[in-house]
Amino acid sequence: MNSLYYQKGLSRNIGDKFFTSLSVICALIAILPLIFLVTYILIKGGSQITLELFILEPNPPGDDLGAGGINPALLGTLIITTIASIIAIPIGVGGGIYLAEYSKGGAFSRFIRFGVNVLAAVPSIIAGIFIYALIVSTKILFGSMYSGLAGGMALSILMLPAVIKTTDEGLKLVPNELRYASLGIGASMYTTILKVTLPSAFRSIATGVVLGIARSAGETAPLIFTALFSYYYITGFGDLFYEMGSLAVLIYNFALEPYDAQNKLAWAASFILVLSILSVNIFSRILSALNEKTKRL
Amino acid sequence: MEEKLTLFKNRKRFGIEKNIDIIFKNTSLVLSSFVAIILLGIILVVFFQSFESFARYGLKFLVTSEWNPVKDEYGAFTAIYGTFVTSFLSLLITIPLGVGTAIFITEDFVPKVFREIIGSFVELLAAIPSVVLGLWAIFVLEPFFRAFFFFLNNFFGWIPLFSTEPTGRNSFLAILILVVMLLPIVTSIARDSLNQVPKKLRNAAYGIGASRWKTIFSVILPAALSGIMAGVLLALGRAMGETMAVTMIIGNSNVFSWSLLSPGYTISSMLANQFGEADGSQVSSLFYAAFVLMTLSLVVNIFAQWLVKKFSLKY
Repeated sequence: MNSLYYQKGLSRNIGDKFFTSLSVICALIAILPLIFLVTYILIKGGSQITLELFILEPNPPGDDLGAGGINPALLGTLIITTIASIIAIPIGVGGGIYLAEYSKGGAFSRFIRFGVNVLAAVPSIIAGIFIYALIVSTKILFGSMYSGLAGGMALSILMLPAVIKTTDEGLKLVPNELRYASLGIGASMYTTILKVTLPSAFRSIATGVVLGIARSAGETAPLIFTALFSYYYITGFGDLFYEMGSLAVLIYNFALEPYDAQNKLAWAASFILVLSILSVNIFSRILSALNEKTKRL
Repeated sequence: MEEKLTLFKNRKRFGIEKNIDIIFKNTSLVLSSFVAIILLGIILVVFFQSFESFARYGLKFLVTSEWNPVKDEYGAFTAIYGTFVTSFLSLLITIPLGVGTAIFITEDFVPKVFREIIGSFVELLAAIPSVVLGLWAIFVLEPFFRAFFFFLNNFFGWIPLFSTEPTGRNSFLAILILVVMLLPIVTSIARDSLNQVPKKLRNAAYGIGASRWKTIFSVILPAALSGIMAGVLLALGRAMGETMAVTMIIGNSNVFSWSLLSPGYTISSMLANQFGEADGSQVSSLFYAAFVLMTLSLVVNIFAQWLVKKFSLKY
């Protein structure tokens, strides 16, 4: 009769307890880095946030001047990511439409899907030196070398696979009945895609694209040889063809400076970068969780 | 899909509408082929730029560690060795940690809400930019682990891996920061593949009297193994190509050393560090190193994709 009850002392129960606690420890260790990192950035970076930070240029490295602000880098990140989005989103969404709506699973589409996965795995620094060799060193863009435009192109290479993938997968989730209905009442293929399938997949595609943009906003490696860095205000359209600063490269450069003032600026830039990326991520998570809930109802 | 297209073809339409339709289809076809063009472009550009160095040094480049722009002698062994050591050792730490966490999330030790919170915490870690991790590593991780490194050197100095006096930035710290970056990848993929194991298997194992962990080790983990392996390979590819955080913390020295406590190099950190001020044959040599890195990460990634395709449809 006794053997029907749970016995603490059995070797299998002791072993189970041991492994259970081991996996609890793993989970605890796994969440530690994020907690430490975020608290540290909130405290160390948050304490640097002033109005000046947003409106001043960074001063040249040194302790006597004070650090200045990160206005050019902040604007630069916005501009470079916008350029990258302008390049990557049309190409990615268009390519995704072909894969999901037109292709019949033949060799070409299989090759493209494979290529998307491979391109996603290309190290980001390689995208940087590719654009360097193609655009910066050849001065193909109206004779300018390092430029915000080149930086945007390098980033778009990293953004492209994510956009194609989310479009492809988002469209595949749209039920075929919708397509049949649209084609059945006489709509042509492109009307069906533009008016029926794309709108109904819009939310999932948009979430994926926004996440992709957020991710690439923090990329540094593709920018250090393409956009380089600049200490000066961005004043006009022509500045696209010159060196352009960005938050990510500012953090990289100033973290390695021996001066405290610059290091603090790097923390402040991290604060802004991490806060915006994390809030986009958390927001999209909540949104997709809500989506699932409404779907179930 | 097929059915839909034939239905569509048989229909009669006005010229303009038909033309727009054809243009739309072909535009999307061209846009999708951009992926292939960019990929081929990257491979070709890196290959041709490295040609000069490849012709001069051949395969000797891979096994010598002389890197002397003044004498025009280049060998990337230190960087290649560093790339392998940092990525493999970081995986060695990440795999048990990540799989353990994934098991914790997929089993029902605690209520679902907590598990979901832990899961999203780990996944949010992947959203932190690498350069911020590097900054954190320099100012927080390094001072935190300094005493531990001295301890390692004092008591385990007879092991070649710990044989040198620890320096401020070293390969060990690069490995630790890589663990932080790989953890979300391994955990989320392991979690997905554990979740895909059918409930039947678990119930059958419980039914014949296996304990929870017996079930996990003998039934669930083997069933999810191919997915986990693919995740590990993807993480390996990421580790080899990871640039910023590693560049900031590894110390960037081309002097070869077995010790993890001395500064090292990886291919990507060498690129990040030297590419900006390189010229002449140094550029070509850097492109050669980049070609090696790209080949490595492509091979790992293609193998991972193959693994997923080959084994994923078992259940």
